[in-house]
Amino acid sequence: MAETLLRGSDITQRWGGLVAVNAVSIELERGSVHAVIGTNGAGKSTLINILSGEFPPTEGKIELLGQEATHWSQAKRARQGLGRSYQRNTIFPDFTVFENCRLAAQAQVQRPWVWWNNAQKCKHSVTAANHALELAGLMSVKERFAGLLSHGQKRQLEIAMCLAIQPKVLLLDEPLAGMGAEETDRMLELLASLKRDHAILLVEHDMDAVFRIADRITVMVNGSVIASDTPDQIRVNADVQTAYLGGH
Amino acid sequence: MMDKFFSGKLLFVGLLFAGLALYPLVASSYGLDLVSKIMIYAILAMSLELLVGSTGLVCFGQAAFFGIGAYIAVMLSPESESGHLLWLLPAAILAAAVYALFVGALSLRTKGVYFIMVTLAFAQMAYYVVHDTKLGGGTDGIYLYFKPTLGSILDLNHPQVLYFFTWVFLVWTFIFLAILLGSHFGRVLAGIRINEQRMRASGFSTYPYKLAAFVTSGGIAGLAGFLFAVKDGFVNPEMMSWHLSGALLIMIILGGLGHLRGAIIGAFAFVFLQEFFKSSDIFGAFAKHWQLGLGFTIIACVAVLPKGLVGLPEVLRKRLYGGRPSSDAQIVLK
Repeated sequence: MAETLLRGSDITQRWGGLVAVNAVSIELERGSVHAVIGTNGAGKSTLINILSGEFPPTEGKIELLGQEATHWSQAKRARQGLGRSYQRNTIFPDFTVFENCRLAAQAQVQRPWVWWNNAQKCKHSVTAANHALELAGLMSVKERFAGLLSHGQKRQLEIAMCLAIQPKVLLLDEPLAGMGAEETDRMLELLASLKRDHAILLVEHDMDAVFRIADRITVMVNGSVIASDTPDQIRVNADVQTAYLGGH
Repeated sequence: MMDKFFSGKLLFVGLLFAGLALYPLVASSYGLDLVSKIMIYAILAMSLELLVGSTGLVCFGQAAFFGIGAYIAVMLSPESESGHLLWLLPAAILAAAVYALFVGALSLRTKGVYFIMVTLAFAQMAYYVVHDTKLGGGTDGIYLYFKPTLGSILDLNHPQVLYFFTWVFLVWTFIFLAILLGSHFGRVLAGIRINEQRMRASGFSTYPYKLAAFVTSGGIAGLAGFLFAVKDGFVNPEMMSWHLSGALLIMIILGGLGHLRGAIIGAFAFVFLQEFFKSSDIFGAFAKHWQLGLGFTIIACVAVLPKGLVGLPEVLRKRLYGGRPSSDAQIVLK
């Protein structure tokens, strides 16, 4: 049986009278890509923000690697093995591609009091950064300034920065946004290669890509889950077709 | 290419420090006093650069830490003899750092314009404490009758000794901050400046880092305050006023944000411009309106040199030879 690395139970988020996420439960298992789909405003990004610790849920419980993590800060969750990417690029454009990853990797070995040591010589972060760049296929551009990368490469770098912290769980918020067909294929290959060692939550609008890569799909409408099943079952689910695919 | 750029910067800084070390050989007493003052402002400007240029925290209350360092130096000095440098100097730095810890702990819970306003408010609080109470001599300020000594080794009553004493701290501050900015700590500050959200998502609790930067900055400003009090032998509330905090921001913008050497260049440029426009030999009666000339010149500088005076060689190179703009953001030693 696959190991559950992240579990969210009955997660609810209220903003005043608005229920952005309504009693959503979700489990992420190692070796599996769990996609969350839904129209704009369905609550996907709010869910990912809650799971990653940007803000605590109004109600509900989160377990990370078997530990109660509902009230952990975002930084603590990241240090415990939860990496996330954002809808919009959050790379450091003035740093090299390598330094983007090295800085992220540095979070695992924080030694701020050693003020006389040059960070570039930190063996752990250099090794972790190189490994992440290797996985993300960015070694050939590691010395380039991140701001000069193509859009697809920037999205890859965003994921490489997540990998640099050596996570066990990856929460990816629209990693394919704005990508062309070739770049999408490359990214899906990357995700497929990462699947073996990670539990991946994928929030994505590109349905073709989702049905190609996901092992399980959760469909959200107005903050609630209307279906959660394998891609084949979701494809034929009448509620999903009505609510999300417009009945086609 | 990078090494060339890197060594060019180092060469400039090395020459600047060497020039300053040799300056007393040719300086008049007025010149010596003026450059001592500028070096102190340069230390103070570097302390603010650590917050604004390196961490992205626009502090509008740096003068308070400067003033506290200065006031502590005077208030803790005995009235009838010299105090000992080895405890007066750390006391001034510590007092400024402790106030910075208090201000930072509260103000860093805010962001953007609120942070600017809160730091200004705390600085004004400190200003009015010394301005409106007898604690620091009120509006008249207080005198330092005997400058601190280090036994018979160091006589700060001698202007040249005081000059070199200040020079040593200028060089020390630059080297300390340059190393700090290249360390784990400094790289995290750089990351916070660009994208704090990403830093948190990577696993950094950003608040303690920002607070540590704030306290370090306050301590260095306290050092500058101590030097200023010793140089002038006098402190008054104006040292803590928002005018000085504003002038410091102008210095680091004028010199070039994000560069330690920019803070030093900015301090020199600002004070020289101030002296120039105040000169009645050049401007006659108009010299009393020196702030007008200074203001227009700074506006023109910022408009022509968006990267500040440190960007001047690049602008000239592009004008003369054309060519690509360079990105020096990766260079750690600024």
